[in-house]
Amino acid sequence: MIAIESLSKRFPRVTALDRLTVGIEPGVTGLVGANGAGKSTLIKILLGLSPATEGTASVLGMDVATQGGAIRERVGYMPEHDCLPPDVSATEFVVHMARMSGLPATAARERTADTLRHVGLYEERYRPMGGYSTGMKQRVKLAQALVHDPRLVLLDEPTNGLDPVGRDEMLGLIRRVHTDFGISVLVTSHLLGELERTSDHIVVIDGGRLLRSSSTADFTQRTAVLAVEVTDTDEHPDGTAVLRAALRQGGLDPHEPASGGAPAPGAGHVVMLDIGGESGDADESVLDTVRDTVAELGLGLVRMERRRHQISEVFTERSTGDVA
Amino acid sequence: MSPDQTPAPQATASGGAATAERGQNVIHNIGYRGYEGPRLGRSYARRALFSQSLRGTYGLGRSAKSKVLPLLLFAAVCIPAAILVAVAALTKAKELQVGYAEYVLLMQPLLGIYLAAAAPQAISMDLRFKTTPLYFSRPMERSDYVAAKYAALSAALFLFTAVPVLIMYIGALLAKLDFGDQTEGAVQGLVFCALFALLHAAIAAWIAALTPRRGFGVAAIIVAITVPYFLVSALQGIAWTSDNNGAIGWLGLGSPGTLLDGVQSRFLGGRSGFPDEQTLTGAQGAVYLVVLAALIVCFCTLLLRRYRKAGL
Ligand SMILES: Nc1ncnc2c1ncn2[C@@H]1O[C@H](COP(=O)(O)OP(=O)(O)OP(=O)(O)O)[C@@H](O)[C@H]1O
Ligand SMILES: [Mg+2]
Repeated sequence: MIAIESLSKRFPRVTALDRLTVGIEPGVTGLVGANGAGKSTLIKILLGLSPATEGTASVLGMDVATQGGAIRERVGYMPEHDCLPPDVSATEFVVHMARMSGLPATAARERTADTLRHVGLYEERYRPMGGYSTGMKQRVKLAQALVHDPRLVLLDEPTNGLDPVGRDEMLGLIRRVHTDFGISVLVTSHLLGELERTSDHIVVIDGGRLLRSSSTADFTQRTAVLAVEVTDTDEHPDGTAVLRAALRQGGLDPHEPASGGAPAPGAGHVVMLDIGGESGDADESVLDTVRDTVAELGLGLVRMERRRHQISEVFTERSTGDVA
Repeated sequence: MSPDQTPAPQATASGGAATAERGQNVIHNIGYRGYEGPRLGRSYARRALFSQSLRGTYGLGRSAKSKVLPLLLFAAVCIPAAILVAVAALTKAKELQVGYAEYVLLMQPLLGIYLAAAAPQAISMDLRFKTTPLYFSRPMERSDYVAAKYAALSAALFLFTAVPVLIMYIGALLAKLDFGDQTEGAVQGLVFCALFALLHAAIAAWIAALTPRRGFGVAAIIVAITVPYFLVSALQGIAWTSDNNGAIGWLGLGSPGTLLDGVQSRFLGGRSGFPDEQTLTGAQGAVYLVVLAALIVCFCTLLLRRYRKAGL
């Protein structure tokens, strides 16, 4: 679907993309990155709207530098920001956008009716969009990206501004775009967690560089962590340090909780462990090792819980990995 | 995916709270159908955008409220033309009191108001509501978008001026004025309408593209076409009273209104609006034409350059 080869984009002050190389297969792909990671910049390059500083990329087998028009004919784009004029109805707007994609007038009307129904917009589609809720606006934005039946849609933060229910509905809709409509999806978010449920494949970028690209199943396994919180004792005034040392001797690889992001309760006394096993058994053996080690040291075990990596921790790992 | 994932119709205006809509009342979507029909590409999209924008400048396809001003103004430029020919017919005059091109110049204040309302509507709103990225994420290039918008605005302005000219012409023929004279005058008048529209649309489109705020656009366009006109007219008046008659023609280059006035009196058989009804010398006439063309090209280039940055 998409092949990105050593792609860089430098603005006068910032490097938005830094020699990014990644391939994207048909299906739903999540593109995850913190604010400013370069997600939107990448999408604009893929649409052929903004030239890359160096490197190449192709979409549907077409070169973004030379075949932008042909790419845009078969690709849909949903921007991250508001883009709907308030004084026209969803129907009029989407019909117009369908014609802008080259659909004849009657086909544009038919496709608009179909697409709005598929995204879940019914009677309200005849009312001016100024009065729509955020959820409805996001649906119209999705509809205009799908109305010309593209082979691929690029969705830039489609869950932006939605409440949890709206978020779930949007994610369900995105899933259906692939499963029911047969359209491949590249969807961005700064939340790894929400894309895990929707995507077949996840690409994580940070500071314009590729952090990881792997199947979601693979990803979820590797990002599961165990958080162990212990108390200090007279014998071991720094319980976490002792535990960390002991675990390392036991062949495990404990690390500190991420400094970035929201501080977890009791963050200073927490030891994190990757649970990277292929099966649940491996997890169990890690749990046993931790419990036994804590007991041997005579520390008090406050809690031991499985957590998801937060995206910020994925980034910290990367930077520590760089040093090593 | 299970069928209850299918979004159900929302009875209320709120799209968010949707827990209740699951379960009963689910309408099962018939499956997704792809599109195998033709994709007509850039030139089709350009034409569609042109006609949509042109209709929009007259409030067609928009709310009833936005039709009021354009239609009132349209009536206001047409009715005097009808009165003019009616008077000519009743008084059995040999020719119309006001020439065709001259009539267009007389209507300048109304044309200015129309333009100041139409250009931001056609251009600023796409920037304000950030709709332009949706256009540019489609096959059309930025130049297609600019061409469609400029053409729509020019056409709107041309219609606005050409219809009164046609009313006068038809009226003049009905009043049995000389066919040859009237036809020549009307053709010259229509050429003038085209020049007027091309220049003013270019200026107004560029100004409108500079600001996403409609109010600013309206004010800036009115200022841009009236202030230089009054300034130049005042300077011409001073030149005339101080016996610098040679300067009048050259000063007229300084505003779109006087520029067009000079062109119509020199080349299109109209009466000059300059002090002492002065017309241009041969050299001045040539310079006027060059400046007119250069201004149109210049503002169109600026407009195009504006969209290289804006609208992404
Ligand atoms: N036109 C531009 N000129 C200069 N810098 C830019 C421009 N566009 C983006 N940037 C910079 O490039 C970097 C990447 O921006 P980008 O919008 O791609 O990030 P993002 O991953 O989409 O972030 P967000 O989650 O906030 O949408 C940022 O540092 C941003 O400030
Ligand atoms: Mg972004």
